[in-house]
Amino acid sequence: MNTTMKEGFDLAMMKGLKKWRLFSLLAALTIFLSGCGEEYLSTLTPAGQVGRDQFNLLLLASAIMTLVVIVVVIIYVVAIVKFRRKKVGENVIPKQVEGSHTLEVIWTVIPILLLIVLAIPTVIYTYKHADVSAMDHVDADGNKTAVTVNVTAKLYWWEFEYPDLGVVTAQELVVPTGEKVYFNLKAADVKHSFWIPAAGGKLDTNVENVNQFYLEFDNESAGLKDGVFYGKCAELCGPSHALMDFKVKTLNRDDFNAWVESAKTTEAVADGDLATQGEEIFNTSCIACHATSAAGTAGGVGPNLAAFGDRNRVAGFMEHSEENLKNWINDPQKYKPGNLMPQPEQLNNGEKFSEEQLDALAEYLMGLSIEK
Amino acid sequence: MSSIAQKKGFGATLWDYLTTVDHKKIAVMYLIAGGLFFVIGGIEAMLIRIQLAKPDNDFVSAGLFNEIITMHGTTMIFLAAMPLLFAFMNAVMPLQIGARDVAFPFLNSLGFWLFLFGGVFLNLSWFMGGAPDAGWTSYASLSLASPGHGIDFYAIGLQIAGAGTYIAGINFLVTIINMRAPGMTYMRMPLMTWTTFVASALILFAFPPLTIGLFFLILDRMFGGNFFDHTMGGNTIIWEHLFWIFGHPEVYILILPAFGIFSEIFAIFARKRLFGYSSMVFATVLIGFLGFMVWAHHMFTVGLGPTANAIFAVATMAIAVPTGMKIFNWLLTIWGGSIKVTTPMLYALGFIPSFVAGGVTGVMQGAAPLDYQLHDSYFIVAHFHYVIVGGVVLAILAALHLWWPLMFNQMLSETLGKWTFWFFFIGFHLTFFIQHFLGLMGMPRRVFTFGANQGWDLFNLISSIGAIFMAIGVVILVVNIIITVVKNVPVGNDPWGDGRTLEWAIPQPVPFYNFKQTPLVRGLDTFWIEKQEGNKEGMTYAEPISDIHMPNNSFVPFVMTLGLFIAGFGALYNGEKDWAVPVLVLGLAITFASMAVRSIKDDHGYHIHKEDLMNEKGGK
Repeated sequence: MNTTMKEGFDLAMMKGLKKWRLFSLLAALTIFLSGCGEEYLSTLTPAGQVGRDQFNLLLLASAIMTLVVIVVVIIYVVAIVKFRRKKVGENVIPKQVEGSHTLEVIWTVIPILLLIVLAIPTVIYTYKHADVSAMDHVDADGNKTAVTVNVTAKLYWWEFEYPDLGVVTAQELVVPTGEKVYFNLKAADVKHSFWIPAAGGKLDTNVENVNQFYLEFDNESAGLKDGVFYGKCAELCGPSHALMDFKVKTLNRDDFNAWVESAKTTEAVADGDLATQGEEIFNTSCIACHATSAAGTAGGVGPNLAAFGDRNRVAGFMEHSEENLKNWINDPQKYKPGNLMPQPEQLNNGEKFSEEQLDALAEYLMGLSIEK
Repeated sequence: MSSIAQKKGFGATLWDYLTTVDHKKIAVMYLIAGGLFFVIGGIEAMLIRIQLAKPDNDFVSAGLFNEIITMHGTTMIFLAAMPLLFAFMNAVMPLQIGARDVAFPFLNSLGFWLFLFGGVFLNLSWFMGGAPDAGWTSYASLSLASPGHGIDFYAIGLQIAGAGTYIAGINFLVTIINMRAPGMTYMRMPLMTWTTFVASALILFAFPPLTIGLFFLILDRMFGGNFFDHTMGGNTIIWEHLFWIFGHPEVYILILPAFGIFSEIFAIFARKRLFGYSSMVFATVLIGFLGFMVWAHHMFTVGLGPTANAIFAVATMAIAVPTGMKIFNWLLTIWGGSIKVTTPMLYALGFIPSFVAGGVTGVMQGAAPLDYQLHDSYFIVAHFHYVIVGGVVLAILAALHLWWPLMFNQMLSETLGKWTFWFFFIGFHLTFFIQHFLGLMGMPRRVFTFGANQGWDLFNLISSIGAIFMAIGVVILVVNIIITVVKNVPVGNDPWGDGRTLEWAIPQPVPFYNFKQTPLVRGLDTFWIEKQEGNKEGMTYAEPISDIHMPNNSFVPFVMTLGLFIAGFGALYNGEKDWAVPVLVLGLAITFASMAVRSIKDDHGYHIHKEDLMNEKGGK
């Protein structure tokens, strides 16, 4: 190494060390990052242990990488400032340095050490987040201790079955807080991917096998903006991939048990004349695909509507209003291109539903609830 | 060869290019075709950013949006980035090693026409019922379910273009192994040649999995193959593996030549030998090797199991080490040098921070549990644009300015070049930096629209504004090219003044036989050595002037490719149109017949005689 280079390097290293205070860096990163995004949707505001582990890994990785970037930038800036031809002189031929073994060793060994620091938690969390062994634990009575949800992704909606509880629902996942919730994931048509950003990373729903993982939620979702966490499909699955949203409602264990009980026992009832009229239309045109009782198993052609009135969205993404519901029923292709719900003409003797029919249907559907 | 020097009419020029086997002319054709596809891919990018500029936008429909993103990715990777790199490999590499052409000039031509016809075939889908819409990765369950012929255009078009790439790769490998001038040992090869060599080796091993995958897809979609149909015992995950066993090395096929380009630029414009040459070569080879060990990091969320994920996570992180070596070697190359900030150097200096940013986010995604969050979100979109635009595209733009004088004996305007750089560079960071945060804030990729008030509105708008800056940069570049071509001021060899390698020693315009006498290479940066020793000619020769053996031009590669192009339509409409099978047979017959012509007809080429060479002072 020639002397100019060494001097410059020492200078660079000193500056680098001064700037590098890992803890203040981490703290600053945490504050900066958690300022980003919405609590119900952002990976930067983790809602449970899995998301928190992954967020911590993000912080660690960011800190290490920031360090690397700072070192590179310092050398880079100093080099550009110091060694411009204007400064060096137009006709100067610089010394043709071949290289330096010492430096090569330094910038091979230090990155390896930094990567080991990152690799250890990476491997630990990889195993931890794939550990679903407690899924099948049973208590003294032979009942499963953990809640398991079978998720089936379909074009473009989500079916959630609770096989041990005998309940099935769609579009809105309901889970208890403060415990691991296990998921069996599968796709019914093409590949999708199940992602609740605030709760933790995604896992694909493949067409040929069941994938398993777990998530945790610390708090009830009632305090959030819409009272729910947002879930997304993260794998391109066709034209309406962007609209394949779902919502997650988290309840404490007692409320969750009550919800399950209610779901198993509630019968769909039409309340009032208009709703009864709606029920009749529903029973001729819709019931072949849509169930109205939450007691049962998965495999619905269309989303289970037992809890429709409790939902946060129409068709998974539109504001939950009668207006949107009527628009949706009368032209599903317009709102969610490529979805498999028949157009009204196919259900209603070749005609669109009339305004009266739509009012009746909306009245009936909005009345379907298991939370009342 | 005085007839060559005469001014030719348009028809004669066209025929010359249709039949040429000269690596320099093929380079020009790669440059033009790749440039056109780059503009098309860029327009598609602009449509994407217009659609996503505001929430709930209806500028394009959902289905059309998926076609646009698919074609944007496919076009940019296969039809823009790779061919543009091939343009520079073709133009520069044979000159750098002191060769008169590539090893197989005929195959070089064939490779180009296959790429072009494949690209045209793919893009015709826009006018024939709709483009492919399953993403550039074309995952099997969706690509099998996709209606219409879009995916068929994708599979057949890429198969034809891919064959061209494969042929080009083999050709470069054989050229570098066999055709180096005396004294040009492996450890004296310029980095551009080294990276061409390693990238070509990657092509050799990476393209067969893609070819197999595409054949399976073609058979599944057109001939009832059931390789990926899980209801018939097939498996869609196999496609993902085949695609990424190709797809990950593909990333290095693109980035390694970019590294080569920047290695040349740093040495030239810092007026200093590349720091740590041998470790740079070692790092290139190591990156190429490790590039095959990490494909499953694209599949962390597929459900491979923790052991597979952990192994691929650690292997992925390991690639950061040789890449870091390269970054530091570049920094130490300019350290203690004499830096002149020309347009190519500006790109090289812009590349360092951009690529480091792309590299570190790559390591972050290598951490598998973190990737569960980042995968298929806008974070990954930001990451791969940082490496591909911040690495490959900046390298292509730098190379365009650097080697334009070599290819055309003209100099692009430095002023306009710098304007292009600043617009493109600022626009690039404006567009993509913020997308990291969109991803972290829960925005999935490949969404045709997004609902308002999810916290994404402002960042998407900023991203779209950045895209406008990039577009302005490209427009200035086009203007620059037009002005330069119209002015047509010859600049001679070594216009940058500090050229170090053989391509700058050759007289301008480069004679069609390249070197009148094969040069003798006396060390790394051979032209630099000769200049330092006061050799006015810039070359020491390894042989006296003697007859040069040259290959004849041939129209056969064009016809051979045309046959495959025609056969493609037959396969595509199989079972749907009556004419499909006859067209398929006809197309294949044309291809096989031209193969037969090539095999049976003896073509010994011709000789340029010593006397003619003596009379010539370079020139065409």
